[in-house]
Amino acid sequence: MKTTLDREAIVRLCERIEGAQTSAYAIPKLTDEYPSMTMADGYAIQTELRKRFIEQGHKLVGWKAGLTSRAKMKQMGVDQPSIGFLTDKMSRPENSVISTSDLVHPRVECEIAFVTREKLVGPGCTAEDVLQATDYVLPAIEVIDSRFSGFKFDLESVVADNGSSARFVGGGRPRYVEELDLPTIGAVLEKNGEIVEMGAAAAVMEHPAAAVAMLVNILAEMGEELPAGSFVMSGGITAAVAVSPGDHVIARFQELGSISIRFGE
Amino acid sequence: MDQEIINQLGDELYAAFRSRSTIKPFTERDLDITLEQAYQIQQRFIARRLEAGETEVGKKIGVTSKPVQQFLGVYQPDFGILTSAMQISTDNVIDLDGLIQPKAEAELAFVLKEDLNGPGITAMDVIRATDYVVPCFEIVDSRITDWKIRIEDTVADNASCGVFVLGDVKGDPRKLDLTLAGMVLHKNGELYSTSVGAAVQGSPANAVAWLANTLGELGIPFKAGEVILSGSQSELVAVQHGDELECNVGGLGRCKVRFSGRSAV
Repeated sequence: MKTTLDREAIVRLCERIEGAQTSAYAIPKLTDEYPSMTMADGYAIQTELRKRFIEQGHKLVGWKAGLTSRAKMKQMGVDQPSIGFLTDKMSRPENSVISTSDLVHPRVECEIAFVTREKLVGPGCTAEDVLQATDYVLPAIEVIDSRFSGFKFDLESVVADNGSSARFVGGGRPRYVEELDLPTIGAVLEKNGEIVEMGAAAAVMEHPAAAVAMLVNILAEMGEELPAGSFVMSGGITAAVAVSPGDHVIARFQELGSISIRFGE
Repeated sequence: MDQEIINQLGDELYAAFRSRSTIKPFTERDLDITLEQAYQIQQRFIARRLEAGETEVGKKIGVTSKPVQQFLGVYQPDFGILTSAMQISTDNVIDLDGLIQPKAEAELAFVLKEDLNGPGITAMDVIRATDYVVPCFEIVDSRITDWKIRIEDTVADNASCGVFVLGDVKGDPRKLDLTLAGMVLHKNGELYSTSVGAAVQGSPANAVAWLANTLGELGIPFKAGEVILSGSQSELVAVQHGDELECNVGGLGRCKVRFSGRSAV
């Protein structure tokens, strides 16, 4: 797939996204102005955003795969996964209060995350390669935030908006992958003491490692690799759940412990 | 409604079961049937099957998940009786010729090693009295036309029980996380749905405790050796000749079934 936007348009759209992310306001989806925008354009804008953040002193800590489960694709009305980058500025500790005043439409989902000990290079990366290169896995909650007005978006705009990445929380109990049957790991998402979503990790492309392999192969298309020591979230097992100030969220995982966070103003 | 009418309705269900045909829902007739009467009709229906030579082997719990409860407008489970003729063991092949309008559900079965006399039974008692748990398929079937059931119809119809298959793997509930164990369901090799034990009354052991207490109120104990189907963890799956289903429970293992033949509807 080819880019259709020129350099000037990419920079302008990147600045629009950066403003919306940094100041927490909603903008119309980018395809309203550029209806023929492609996925490659979306990734070009996302790459520009990543370079800007790194120049500003943010540290790249890893990547996330998004829209990797049928529940998520159905919820978002899209038919293919996407990826986004993660920086230290997006990380929040477990058992903390996460501010919502700097977010637009915050929603949470529970995921299995991987920490790598060897670099991974596509194309042709497989789930088996990912498991070989994994140091450990751990549970994670991702707080996603779409910056597009009225939740109206398409995959091209979402990719430009860094896959709706906003905040992430890794925690719970780290485990070696060899000790687990990842696809059958069950997960329950509770909000204010009530179970709101449940599923098993197989919901993510039959095996969460397959989502990481997909991510490595998309990186390869962008001429990049996944360095050793990366933190990678494999995508929501369940549909995402909206949160507001005062909400308490717990993600409980079979064999991997739990993560608890609260949301404040 | 007097005993004579209760017997008549139970006999009507038995005749439908025998001839693999369906009958008009009781709740669409001018009967004003109560839940208690529905259970009395169920008793008559089962008494006829036992007279014909079947023996009682356990119980099934139904209407355990939130979506099904909302659909039927009842906020507690129901139960039915399992008989020897309902248990399929021949190579896990289910002969659809004997069924009317079957649908499959994946769940956990508890096999007891001690009697449980409710009321006053907790989930901890259930685990103590359990010999082993095993992944299983229940094939529900309805003697009511087009599955047009209200709670009183399905209760009278033995909680819509058809047949069931227990898997080969036996798990010690003391070593399992029944609440968070993932449930991955494949149909013909493709991922169909995922869930966790918590989908059933918060935990399958809670559902079994509920039934021990409900039956205890009626003076009926759980007997050592009985099989208790704890309630569906999956959506209902339509099945036809040649279909294969496999459920895989985290920390426990798989149960596979194959379907052959043709159901009545």
